[in-house]
Amino acid sequence: MSTPIEDAMHLDTITEVTWTQLLHSSGLPESELRELVRYGALVPCNPDAPVWTFEARWLVVAKTASRIRHDFELDPYGVSVVLSYLERIGRLEDEIRALRAQVR
Amino acid sequence: MKYKDYYAILGVKRDASADDIKTAYRRLARKYHPDVSKEKDAEEKFKEMAEAYETLQDPEKRGAYDQLGSHPPGQEFHPPPDWGQRFAQGQGGLDDIDLSSLFAGLDARRGAAGAHHARRTMAGNDYEAVVRLSFAQAFHGTEVELNVAVLEWDPDGGVRRVPHHVKARIPRGVVDGEKLRVPGKGGKGANGGPDGDLYLDIEVAAHPLYRVSGKDLYLDLPVTPWEAILGTSVKVPTPAGNVTLKVPAGSRAGQQLRLTGRGMSRGSGPAGDLFAKLRIEVPTRVDETQGALYKQLSESSNFNPRAHFEQEVAQ
Repeated sequence: MSTPIEDAMHLDTITEVTWTQLLHSSGLPESELRELVRYGALVPCNPDAPVWTFEARWLVVAKTASRIRHDFELDPYGVSVVLSYLERIGRLEDEIRALRAQVR
Repeated sequence: MKYKDYYAILGVKRDASADDIKTAYRRLARKYHPDVSKEKDAEEKFKEMAEAYETLQDPEKRGAYDQLGSHPPGQEFHPPPDWGQRFAQGQGGLDDIDLSSLFAGLDARRGAAGAHHARRTMAGNDYEAVVRLSFAQAFHGTEVELNVAVLEWDPDGGVRRVPHHVKARIPRGVVDGEKLRVPGKGGKGANGGPDGDLYLDIEVAAHPLYRVSGKDLYLDLPVTPWEAILGTSVKVPTPAGNVTLKVPAGSRAGQQLRLTGRGMSRGSGPAGDLFAKLRIEVPTRVDETQGALYKQLSESSNFNPRAHFEQEVAQ
């Protein structure tokens, strides 16, 4: 039997995921994921909506949060600080890549 | 199964205290954690040390591990005859699994004892796999086939590693370092729980001509001095086919000529652009006739590219 082909999806700003999907994907307890939202480490599309949805890119952030939480034995506030540094490093790496592409 | 020396991996003695083990793990995690490290093979090293710590930090698992005895790393070994009875009741054959699955099974078994774990709804685990693509595959999109070994739970709470064959369609316009998600292709959920997802870590090989910046591409376009001065039309390769590009008369080195929509396409949005960056190449050797022509040119031209130096030089 041939294996069916699956579509791999971009994790971009167009696709949205539900709170439940984010929770399941992160593997974090719900209370800790909510704490990360309170610290601004994860940002819902509409924070005032009764049911939160997120841009799909937050799936990666939530999974990173879970890894950092577990592997470095940090509390959610520590995780949120590390995430902000990782985001900043990511932005700087993008800028370096863009500059390198232009100046080689 | 192959033996792994968890103590050696963490760099501690077999009689190390729990605190020593924690400190050793934390010191190594700071260095090798894949989210913060740029060390070579950081991910592989970290997986190994996390597996070691997961077992040694837990007194019950550490006791079970110690009862396996000490063997050279990588050597095939069999747990002592009574080990399965004492630590892995109900677990099927112990030879067809690796050490990490053996201890993961121990976790599941403890859960089952406490909370009827075996019948609890459990979501499948998410998995990650690295996908290496050529530039052309990333630009046009492609199909890949992957083999992922995922953990699955038996109805009685035992755990086994099952090979999954996955075919995935990679959309056009993926970039190096990007992650893609294949929903439902991770580990199987148990007792009605949802299946996990498979995440693809995309690595794109550098192209000898094109450099990628977001959706835009950059290409060096070498031209001769007379082409830059007089203007010309040149055939330029782009990932979607050749185009003829007009280089205007009086072009300077470093100028960028834009080919609109010739960059990366992604989703339904507009494609990026391709920028051809002019590089003026000079012949390193000229024959007698050409040399005479250059001499004639230098005598007849009053062009001075260093005019702005003159005031400083005069002081």
